[in-house]
Amino acid sequence: MTHLLAVDIGWGWTLAIKTVVVLGLIPLGALILGYTFLLKMMSHMQSRLGPMDPGGFHGWFQLVGDGMKFLQKEDIMPEQADRRVFALAPAVVVISTFLIFVVIPTGPRLVVKDLDVGVFYALAVSSLSIIGVLMAGWASANKFALLGALRAAAQLIAYELPLLLAVVGVVVQAGTMNLNGIVTAQQNGAIFGWDGLGNPYILTQFVGFALFLVAAQAELTQTPFDMPVAESELVSGYMVEYTGFRFLFFFIGEFGTAFAFAALAATLVLGGWALPGVHGGTADLLGPLVLFVKLMAVAFLIFWVRFTYPRLREDQLQAMAWKYLIPIALANILVTGLFKVWL
Amino acid sequence: MSTTDRPVATRPSAVVPEIEVDPGAFRHLADAQMNVELDTGDMVLNLGPQHPATHGTLRLVVRLDGERVLAADPVIGYMHRGYEKLTEYRPYPQIITLINRIDWLSSFANEVPFVHAAERLMGIEAPPRAVYIRTILTELSRIATFILFLGEMGLQVGAMTPAFFGFRDREHVLNVIEGATGGRFHPNFNRVGGLKDDLPWGWIAECRRTMDIVFKSCDDFEDLLMGNEIFEARTRSIGIIPADVGTSYGVSGSNIRASGVDWDLRRDGDAYLAYRDVDFKVWTHPDGDSYARYWVRLQETRESARMVLQLLDAIPAGPIMAKVPRVIKVPEGECWVETENPLGQMGYYLVSKGSTGPFRTKIRSASFSNVSILPWLLQGVYIPDIITILASLYFILGDIDR
Amino acid sequence: MTAVGPSAGDGGKKKSARRLPGQGLVEGLGVTLRTMFEGAVTVQYPHEKEEPPTRARGVIALKEENCTVCMLCARSCPDWCIYIEGHKEARPPRRAGGRERSVSVLDRFDIDFALCMYCGICVEVCPFDALFWSPEFEYSEGSIAKLLHDKRKLGDWMEVVPESEPLEVGAEIKAK
Ligand code: SF4
Ligand code: SF4
Repeated sequence: MTHLLAVDIGWGWTLAIKTVVVLGLIPLGALILGYTFLLKMMSHMQSRLGPMDPGGFHGWFQLVGDGMKFLQKEDIMPEQADRRVFALAPAVVVISTFLIFVVIPTGPRLVVKDLDVGVFYALAVSSLSIIGVLMAGWASANKFALLGALRAAAQLIAYELPLLLAVVGVVVQAGTMNLNGIVTAQQNGAIFGWDGLGNPYILTQFVGFALFLVAAQAELTQTPFDMPVAESELVSGYMVEYTGFRFLFFFIGEFGTAFAFAALAATLVLGGWALPGVHGGTADLLGPLVLFVKLMAVAFLIFWVRFTYPRLREDQLQAMAWKYLIPIALANILVTGLFKVWL
Repeated sequence: MSTTDRPVATRPSAVVPEIEVDPGAFRHLADAQMNVELDTGDMVLNLGPQHPATHGTLRLVVRLDGERVLAADPVIGYMHRGYEKLTEYRPYPQIITLINRIDWLSSFANEVPFVHAAERLMGIEAPPRAVYIRTILTELSRIATFILFLGEMGLQVGAMTPAFFGFRDREHVLNVIEGATGGRFHPNFNRVGGLKDDLPWGWIAECRRTMDIVFKSCDDFEDLLMGNEIFEARTRSIGIIPADVGTSYGVSGSNIRASGVDWDLRRDGDAYLAYRDVDFKVWTHPDGDSYARYWVRLQETRESARMVLQLLDAIPAGPIMAKVPRVIKVPEGECWVETENPLGQMGYYLVSKGSTGPFRTKIRSASFSNVSILPWLLQGVYIPDIITILASLYFILGDIDR
Repeated sequence: MTAVGPSAGDGGKKKSARRLPGQGLVEGLGVTLRTMFEGAVTVQYPHEKEEPPTRARGVIALKEENCTVCMLCARSCPDWCIYIEGHKEARPPRRAGGRERSVSVLDRFDIDFALCMYCGICVEVCPFDALFWSPEFEYSEGSIAKLLHDKRKLGDWMEVVPESEPLEVGAEIKAK
């Protein structure tokens, strides 16, 4: 960022600017996804229009208004609740989202922290949110919330492994865990010697991509794996006692994480910020936009599935993860490895 | 995918299973002594009376071990409105409008058996045109009820979209009903001896068009939900009602047909309405699980639409009202009339002492018997399966509590 | 895939019981995607309005000059939400030399629409054609007490009472 501004400011300022940008990105991403998919795409898939009035154009202001409403609401805490844990839980969820954004590159130099183990880090911090969920469920002193939280914890075991294994294929092919490295590898790659498009890994890693999407769906607790919230069974699961801005935090966390995961998937298999033949400063300028377009495409897939399918049962998710997802992921790694060695 | 290993499907003794649980079931947990302070025993969860999956105010007290149900006890009566008593104080025309509210999703079908009972005691018969229109409207209310079920079931197993499809497509059917009767939900169109009005101009064509929408809607549900592997995993072998257990609990309608019992009052009961003139098929399914109940209702929706089309072709001309006195007085006597309503067998036992209102009415509503099987059915399932089973039994609270 | 019952095959749309694994999942996605492009069915209420059928029971209108204060409607209303008061008045004879007439005059005719269950019994029993249904439905109020409408308001609704519509073929015209 400092490079872009071409002024040399102290590291303190740089850090501050980066923090503010990322902190701003989370609600913004949540807003964009929430509006585009939750309000508009879902409505149209259900033969509805969704909100049309707020803000004039197709109700774009609706979510902002909702957010403001949540801020005004009374902060209700159940009497039996473990007050401190209860208050902290939504923050933990949002922090986990925040930490993912740190490593996602939006340009060759536009990245908050270019970690060498970027992929690993992103997936590791993403599962932090489960701690927030457990805290919420436990502290709410509500049976539905507790059941929801325990489901979420059980679910973690089922999907975290396929999520990691799905990415390993990409990592093997790129030969690096650095997210920027993966992007560059895709940009500079070639499909059977033709390098007009680079080599987006979706072509070779579509199995990994599909697995990643399935596992991400579970991570995001979206249908068909939304058992922790399960509207029709557990009412709202771990969120059931939350109101006002704490609920808003959960909401932002949910959609912010969806934003982050879509960005991650776009980076891993769709070439991230890269456009074929765009390098250097131009890439830094265009990068965020390119990444945004790609992540919206991924998010469309995620939400399309969410609005179409019914919910699985917890034990069925476990069975699916262990019987199908993990073996397929392992086979995918094996095949990728063989190609890597022999080609 | 996996099936629940529900306790052996023997019919329990006449008493409802007690909510008390054998402490031996948790011995392995207690033995582990992992957490001395925390009670690792069973947990009692109150599903309802305000819970999104209970269609109103059904309360289920479930005793859980983890997510597994050890015992479930339905508590009903939160919506008791005293219709049986109310009928003793009201004249016949008012009762017709009141009993509309028993099963509010298929109000028209509620009116029919009561009006039949009164007509039978008075010894009059509605003219053929009225009978045909009654049959059409009954089938339309069946379609409306089932289309909502087909979507609602999706919502209960976690898919939101089918529910909106259900409401969207039901609206067309309700519009047709409203066009003829003036009421979307509560037609109050039956009169002792016939109907309130004849059909308005253009209604038959409109009704035909709507049936096309119904067929298309059924196809949508089949593609979107019933064919979906996740839906199958959630409903197959969940909540199996064996035919003998079902019949002994008094389960009726599509629920019992889904258990392979080929019994439909439209075909097998006393001749009523115009069902003898219609060619239709009674759908059954051998499995008796939630999927079977969904499947049967889907087929019955299509079958009803076909019946409506047949009836529209054959509708006779003529009057719609028999000769009845201005003030309706039913002669002394008693009779029992039962019909095949969308939710199952519905019957009225009417006792008259010759006045303008009944002396006593006993209402046999389908949902009451259908949910009475819940304590038996819910043993050993998981929490999500409770919801699936509740949704697939498809009850209306007003029809349980009356 | 397990068998779909003895009656499978001729009722379902899909004739073949054998299906590819995952076919149902893909078809489901197809339905939602198609719906997305089919356009919405929403009626944006305050901006556009749905036309209720002529017979819709929206609101009850009163033609005051027809009402003879016979109370029949109030008595047959299932939830007794019609309140009528009236008195007798002497009127000059129609023809010179005739007897003086006594006419019932309506003082109060209120319908509590918060209680009314829109059954239509009152309209049906009125022997003097003083009550009518109108499909008008836009009379919601901020407070439940304001739903008690008096005879002036009920009279105003006479303007929105539709003409009686023609009947379907085969209907017998009621001899009145
Ligand atoms: S419509 Fe029915 S409830 Fe309403 S005022 Fe008339 S008789 Fe009473
Ligand atoms: S029944 Fe008709 S005439 Fe009699 S009081 Fe009512 S509105 Fe007036």
